[in-house]
Amino acid sequence: MTHPQQQAVLAAAGIHKRFGALVVLDAVDFTMSADEAVGIVGPNGAGKTTLLSVLSGAFPPSSGTVSFKGGDVTSLPATQRCRLGLVRTHQVPKPFSGMTTFENVFVAASHGAGLARDEAYEEALGSLKLCGMLGVANRRAETLGLLDRKRLELARALAARPTLLLLDEIGGGLTDGEAGELVDTIKELRRRKIGIVWIEHIVHILLQVAERLICMDAGKIIADGDPQTVMADPQVIHAYLGGGPK
Amino acid sequence: MSAVSTSPVIERGTATSRIAAIAVALIIALLAAAPQFLSAGAVDRMTALFIYVILAAMWNALAGFGGLVSVGQQVFFGLGAYFAIRLADAGLNPLLALFASGLIVGAVSWPLSLFMLRLRNGEFAIGMWVIAALTHLLVNLDRLVQGETGTSLISLNVYDAGTRRTTIYWLALVSMTALLAILFGLLRGSTGAAIRAIRDNEDAAASVGVRVTGTKRLLFVLAAFGIGIAGALWLATSITFQPKTYFNVQWTAYMIFMVLVGGIGTFEGAILGAVVFFLIETWFGGAGVWYLVGLGAIAVLFSLFLPRGLWGTIEERFGLRLLPVGYRVRLPGNPAAPADDGTAPSPQTTQHQEKA
Repeated sequence: MTHPQQQAVLAAAGIHKRFGALVVLDAVDFTMSADEAVGIVGPNGAGKTTLLSVLSGAFPPSSGTVSFKGGDVTSLPATQRCRLGLVRTHQVPKPFSGMTTFENVFVAASHGAGLARDEAYEEALGSLKLCGMLGVANRRAETLGLLDRKRLELARALAARPTLLLLDEIGGGLTDGEAGELVDTIKELRRRKIGIVWIEHIVHILLQVAERLICMDAGKIIADGDPQTVMADPQVIHAYLGGGPK
Repeated sequence: MSAVSTSPVIERGTATSRIAAIAVALIIALLAAAPQFLSAGAVDRMTALFIYVILAAMWNALAGFGGLVSVGQQVFFGLGAYFAIRLADAGLNPLLALFASGLIVGAVSWPLSLFMLRLRNGEFAIGMWVIAALTHLLVNLDRLVQGETGTSLISLNVYDAGTRRTTIYWLALVSMTALLAILFGLLRGSTGAAIRAIRDNEDAAASVGVRVTGTKRLLFVLAAFGIGIAGALWLATSITFQPKTYFNVQWTAYMIFMVLVGGIGTFEGAILGAVVFFLIETWFGGAGVWYLVGLGAIAVLFSLFLPRGLWGTIEERFGLRLLPVGYRVRLPGNPAAPADDGTAPSPQTTQHQEKA
């Protein structure tokens, strides 16, 4: 940890993302090591999900580079990044609605993790068990409620055997009790040495896992460091509470 | 999290599906022997049925499993017949030409997929129709075809009518069986799971490591190959080739009808739909325009009242799976689990949600 730069598993440099005239990401630099759990907070429209999409390869940045495990992945699509171990979940769950819960997770184990049939079964069942979903394994995903859909996002991403997991508001829309269960699962992932980047609005849940906190506002990183320090930063408070020009 | 003492088991088949597999083998054996007992007319009709099954199964694989709804599949049907004519004209044995033609159609569909698969949903559906119309015009330019006058697979006349009829019957039966087996193998394997994942959510499929374009391409080419074979076989039964008959959108309309009535997205459904269509055609085909009105009315009624089609409804209602491509998890100490189709929450599920 003395030279985080050398151990960086994921590094984004000079990331810009424009949609037409709208600048969503403005010169974002971000580096993390494989054993970190990084939380990202920020007001709506700060560019958090866009950053996650650029990191995961859902779309390319307008300029800047992303590297993962020492290689430049800027031009690699999401499929390849997933196979390298960089896997995301979606803010609005995107289940394969016509397939069962097990089949959803099995797809990730067999294609994302590239496992042969029996190993993929094991991996899929393991992920379902970890996320408490074995009981609904045979349900069509379209019949699942919000909590189970969120869990399915997590279980499916896990079955792809990530080195680094990008979580996009996995706790959004859940009650505290429900979100607490997810936190337990995510803590278990930390014990398994899976690196985590987690965007979340529910800060007290995020802080149970995050060892480092980043605050974004208007497409820029405005604070980065120890969670307590970041939350006390005047710029962060300003971004959240607003209150006239700076 | 529920404590599990022993590991859950993944089940692919059921007791019924094992019986069904034997039944399928028996039916195919019976069909193979059937020309000895059937009249000439019946043999021709059965050949048509096999071709319908191929068409329905291919469109179902493409749209029902892969989410690629096309209204231009007649392009491959027409090309299958056209290439057979061309190859036979070049001196190839006409029966061999039928299969060589299917291969060429598959080969042609590959470059076509490079740009067609960039289109999504409605664009893809209509785009395929445009491709079919364009191809129809191009084929008309071939001197051999003589525009809409058409031509014939004359070289088939070297066989006498009886031999020709039974040979084509067997070829159609073998083609249908082989194509269904290939499709079943593909859809049941891990590629099949990827195909269904792409249908349900392309972005999510990519984010869990599914090669979206490559997988769609495989399905697209396979469907083109199968429909090409069907077109070539149809040519063999009817001998004459008129472009407007083969490149007619009615072929795709029939495919859609069969799949919707039978049950889209179920392997059994397409076959059942083809049989239903075949029976309707056999009984009412002579009724002229009212036959078409009737077909349309049936399609509308099905989409309103039985949107999952005949087999989809049977499967949902009775949990019956004869040729299952999916996966069931059997939890230890809960033998009923595999039967849980998920439409009604099982007691265990409810309990699970209460715990949450």
